[in-house]
Amino acid sequence: MPAVQETIDRVRSIDLDQYKYGFETTIEMEKSEKGISEDVVRFISAKKNEPDWLLQWRLDAYRRWLTMKEPEWARVEYDKVDYNDIYYYAAPKRKGPESLDEIDPEILKTYEKLGIPLREVEVLEGIAPERRVAVDAVFDSVSVATTFKKELEKAGVIFMPISEAVREHPELVKKYLGSVVPVTDNFFATLNSAVFSDGSFVYIPPGVRCPMELSTYFRINERDTGQFERTLIIADKGSYVSYLEGCTAPKRDDNQLHAAVVELVALDDAEIKYSTVQNWYPGDNEGRGGIYNFVTKRGDCRGARSKISWTQVETGSAITWKYPSCILRGDDSRGEFYSIAVSNGMQQVDSGTKMIHLGKNTTSRIISKGISAGRSQNTYRGLVSAHKKAKNARNFTNCDSLLIGDQCGAHTVPYIESKNASAVFEHEATTSKISEDQKFYCQQRGLSEEEATALIVNGFVRDVLQQLPMEFAVEAQKLISISLEGSVG
Amino acid sequence: MADVTNLRSPAEAGLSKLFEAGRKSFASETAIAREEAFRFFEATGLPSRRVEAFKYTDLRAAIAEAAPPAEAPSLDAAKAAVAGATGFAGIEAARLTFVNGHLVRELSDLDRIPAGVTVVPMSEALAQGDAGLELLAPVVQARENPVYQLNTAFLADGALISVAAGAKPETPVHLRFVGAGDAPFSTATRVLVQLGEGAEFSLLESHEGSNGVTCQPNDALDVVVGPQAVFRHSRLNKEGDAAVALSTLSLKVEREAQVESVNLVTGAVLSRHQIYVHIAGDDTNVVVNGAAMLRSGQLADSTLLADHAAVGGVGREQFKTVIDGDATGVFQGKIIVRQVAQKTDGKMKSDCLLLTDEGQMMNKPELEIFADDVACGHGATCGAPDDDLLFYLMARGLPRPVAESLLVQAFVGETVEAVTHEGARAALIGEIEAWLKARG
Repeated sequence: MPAVQETIDRVRSIDLDQYKYGFETTIEMEKSEKGISEDVVRFISAKKNEPDWLLQWRLDAYRRWLTMKEPEWARVEYDKVDYNDIYYYAAPKRKGPESLDEIDPEILKTYEKLGIPLREVEVLEGIAPERRVAVDAVFDSVSVATTFKKELEKAGVIFMPISEAVREHPELVKKYLGSVVPVTDNFFATLNSAVFSDGSFVYIPPGVRCPMELSTYFRINERDTGQFERTLIIADKGSYVSYLEGCTAPKRDDNQLHAAVVELVALDDAEIKYSTVQNWYPGDNEGRGGIYNFVTKRGDCRGARSKISWTQVETGSAITWKYPSCILRGDDSRGEFYSIAVSNGMQQVDSGTKMIHLGKNTTSRIISKGISAGRSQNTYRGLVSAHKKAKNARNFTNCDSLLIGDQCGAHTVPYIESKNASAVFEHEATTSKISEDQKFYCQQRGLSEEEATALIVNGFVRDVLQQLPMEFAVEAQKLISISLEGSVG
Repeated sequence: MADVTNLRSPAEAGLSKLFEAGRKSFASETAIAREEAFRFFEATGLPSRRVEAFKYTDLRAAIAEAAPPAEAPSLDAAKAAVAGATGFAGIEAARLTFVNGHLVRELSDLDRIPAGVTVVPMSEALAQGDAGLELLAPVVQARENPVYQLNTAFLADGALISVAAGAKPETPVHLRFVGAGDAPFSTATRVLVQLGEGAEFSLLESHEGSNGVTCQPNDALDVVVGPQAVFRHSRLNKEGDAAVALSTLSLKVEREAQVESVNLVTGAVLSRHQIYVHIAGDDTNVVVNGAAMLRSGQLADSTLLADHAAVGGVGREQFKTVIDGDATGVFQGKIIVRQVAQKTDGKMKSDCLLLTDEGQMMNKPELEIFADDVACGHGATCGAPDDDLLFYLMARGLPRPVAESLLVQAFVGETVEAVTHEGARAALIGEIEAWLKARG
């Protein structure tokens, strides 16, 4: 069944031409020399005032990266990146900032325009004033501001740029950095390990429920730069944290590289909820420009009964190569992945998740909805595996996709590897259409056919959207009424 | 970023040598592009885990040494080997018997081929440059497969079977492949079946061999199903327990044609059955089922590619794997729905029953969809036999092994039920029962 008109209009309304974050900020920047070399790695390390162990760690990664090949298995085609034609470090020249008043007013304006509150009193549009979000704002290669730091400190929560954490909490960084995504993991993660510039560091002490949502807002601004941020979140025993991530970039005709690494560690009984609204510049309708989003995100449910939940709404990027994963190491641990990926224009998305069951009684759930329009290609790629010791592992996967127009493609590539008889895996990709009975029921109660359809569809995508924190409600609103009628498995 | 070049494995080097050695006898032929096929193979080599399509079946590791192409056996040896062959044995059929990959005329029913069907032995067709050879390799994607190209390069025997338009022979043709002797050998056979418009034809295919013989059979079946034709195919893989059995089925399905193909695997230490389906005409109906019943040490791989390039195709693919001991099951399926293939209705399902904790199952059911008005779905499940069902049966007085056998039979039986030919269906059910009985 083809997509209904309402859906088509809705997807059009989030069309590429309407990318409203495409402006550029003119500001004096300090950059490393163009290209990558040991000197550049040393330069970045020196800029960050890093201890020697971290410099050596970076150099090891760089040397290893030189021997690696760019992965080609993903269902994306793009002009290869010239790794020597990128600035690996770009930071606003003005020093500081000790307080918000010292931040370059241009940057403040930028974040204001993006709707990101850097002043602690400010709140997001449409959100009740008592809801507060601590923000770490990353501008190209550096963190320019982190809010609510003091208040979080009172609760024992550490929330700061990772470059600062290296200096202030070296024992924690040393213990956990690279423990989930090792230096050797993959081409892009290894590159990131060599040149990562900034990102957020979060530590939630045992038994603490983080008093507010934490968030990082990534902005690429400078031309010809890559952004290589690194996020490390550690939830100690019995703690809880909800973390949000947002990203945008200016409209440009050339492609820019974003190769981030996110590592999550959940110890016994801890829970991490990680939500992303990815809205990098997707390129124009002809496929010019846009961000290459090659990201390695992985969570390690290291402790018993721990839980990691990934939620993502993906609308941006020219190329997406991203598989937020969970390693379910602790017994009774749980992993979740909720995703809506909308592709339009010439966008190519190859995204999904990995659920690796190692511990006993581990459970995981994957809900993925892909919507492709224009001439885009949208692929779900996911791995579910149960190892020999993962007694009674359970997984449920449901992925649906919807095509709008006959120029685009929707693909599903699930890998299901079971090495254990007591593991129960179910994978289904269903054709969802609204049942006549449901519609009739609603219409009986006085709703018009359209209202009835909208109601049922909302219930359908709710699986994913209800996982999103309030703060993203505004952005998610646009997606919520997208009907998946006519979707194919 | 350094380029990584793989060193040639001993088996790859061995295959190159064998191809060089065979070149003289191939020289007189022009009908098939052996050289090209072998160059293709040489460029890819034996696929390892690094090749996505062979991620779970590492042929480079499994084939340590290339076995030499088998010589045609003596008639006595052939007779002895065929005497022990039981696959589809009781069924009234015109048999083409291949021993170690060579057609044995004396043991074949070349003079009893049903009306409307013509059979030309492949060795003859190759020598004479038969015009029918032009129809070989009807599915483009198969030509990119190293196993299939290896079959082309070393192709030794087989048959060209054509069924005249409108012919509906009642008697099926049975391709009986049997292994003889205890020395290592390899085979490369190809059978091409062409069904004319409105024809109806049943083909049985059995592969058997002795345990303990290191053989490397590589067989291919190319089928062109003409408009409104009906093709029914039952296949049994009961190779010996040291065989590395590779096979490829390529189906080109034209307008309003119907296909039913069912494959049951119980044999071989490693088997890989590759199925390529090209839906070339509108309103086709294709059923492809597979069942594998595996014991310790075995690996069975079913790899399917269904390419819908026409309107309104109905596809039903169902695969079931039963795993005992430390066996490994692999299912890789991919449905492609091209932009023109509106109204396609494709369903693919792979289910696995793990009878022990040591077994493993790898599932990869893929969809690639470019048309916006289609209904496609895929599913995969994996788990142990349902405790509730076991309990239910045991509560009625059945001992656990019997109850388990019943459940397994019901589970696998579903794939075999699609077989229209009564005798073939009964024979496949018999094989399932025999497997369960041997398990005890």
